Amino acid sequence: MTKTHRKSDQPKNKPLRTPMDLSYAKVPQGQVYVIPERCKECRFCVEFCPQGMLTLSTEINAKGYHYPQIREGREKDCIHCGFCNLVCPEFAIYTHEIAAVDTPIQEGSHEHAVTE
Amino acid sequence: MTTTGPTAAIVAKKHPVDDLLRADRLPHILCPGCGIGTTMHCYLEALVESGVHVDKHVCVSGIGCSGRTAGYVKVDSYHSTHGRALPFALGIAVYRPELTVTVISGDGDLSSIGGNHLIHAARRNVNMTVICINNFNYGMTGGQAGPTTPMTAKSGTTPYGVADKPFNLPHLVNAVGANFVARWSVLHARQLKDSILRGMRKPGFAFIEVLSPCPTGFGRPNDVGEGIEEMLKYHRRCKWDDKARLEDVDIDMLRPDSPVIVGNFVDRDRPAFCPATGAPPASPTGATEESTKERAAMKDAH
Repeated sequence: MTKTHRKSDQPKNKPLRTPMDLSYAKVPQGQVYVIPERCKECRFCVEFCPQGMLTLSTEINAKGYHYPQIREGREKDCIHCGFCNLVCPEFAIYTHEIAAVDTPIQEGSHEHAVTE
Repeated sequence: MTTTGPTAAIVAKKHPVDDLLRADRLPHILCPGCGIGTTMHCYLEALVESGVHVDKHVCVSGIGCSGRTAGYVKVDSYHSTHGRALPFALGIAVYRPELTVTVISGDGDLSSIGGNHLIHAARRNVNMTVICINNFNYGMTGGQAGPTTPMTAKSGTTPYGVADKPFNLPHLVNAVGANFVARWSVLHARQLKDSILRGMRKPGFAFIEVLSPCPTGFGRPNDVGEGIEEMLKYHRRCKWDDKARLEDVDIDMLRPDSPVIVGNFVDRDRPAFCPATGAPPASPTGATEESTKERAAMKDAH
């Protein structure tokens, strides 16, 4: 799966140049909230989370759908980009910023952010 | 708030945009994997960001799956007759020019039965934003072929495949002179939100085509699969090109090698539609401040 709208041949998620604010920019940390009764298991959030930190639950909601939940050990990976919130057709998931992480972004730290 | 296990997300009862939704109607009736909910969400986010008070927004819908939007958003909304969303919106936009009018409707409603209204609203350059949710078929009535169904696609009314060339909506609307023309897929949620915001702020006719998955009506008979698989198709095949020639932005979802061109294609500044006098229309009571003064002056002269 490649991003065809990006014109260069850079690998996915690799910045085109070193960001100018690299020395002081901080990655926000978010918290995911889910409303299980509204979910219809379309899997948009699970598939397109840039951190790949969501997965489907083993339990089902009242209508028999598996709703999203966080992968084991990835609780602190949410960067509050809000894409799950925007792409969810059911208004069933959103994020809130809880804190900005103190450690600045390291070059190459984005490479773990690969969607499966 | 409770957690149900070590990896469970925090369970919430209320979504941040619930204040702008008729939340008691949720979950909505749309199929799992349908993109209309995402478009609705992008519209609401743009509405919040526009800075215009929610009472000054109007949402008009036609008939169809997308026409349900007017029933779910908690702004002043109008669920109009089939194909006539644009004439209703034109009336609102002309009589109350201070309102921000947005039409959210489907491709069947806007380009088929309402096709002439679309052409003439764009020709007049009426001050409104039109969000056309294109799912390549008539979804609500059971997946019949419409004017945007790609050639060779199978549907309820075309078991041997569609024989007609589908509409190229951005080209059509640009040809009659709309001020702002864009196309995004549902996957481009952020860009879609920004385009809706630009359309709201732009005087004149803004047209945004939104490509949406339809797993039930279009995906199943054409082996596209579920909504997520059509979204992955957009992920692979969408190309962002703002300067694309609009003659060439036809979509063929069924041919695997053909790209889908998206982008903000047209942004021009033709004067927006204004009734013949060029003056803002009178207030509902029939008297503007100026006309009252004029009448008083005439009385004094007599």
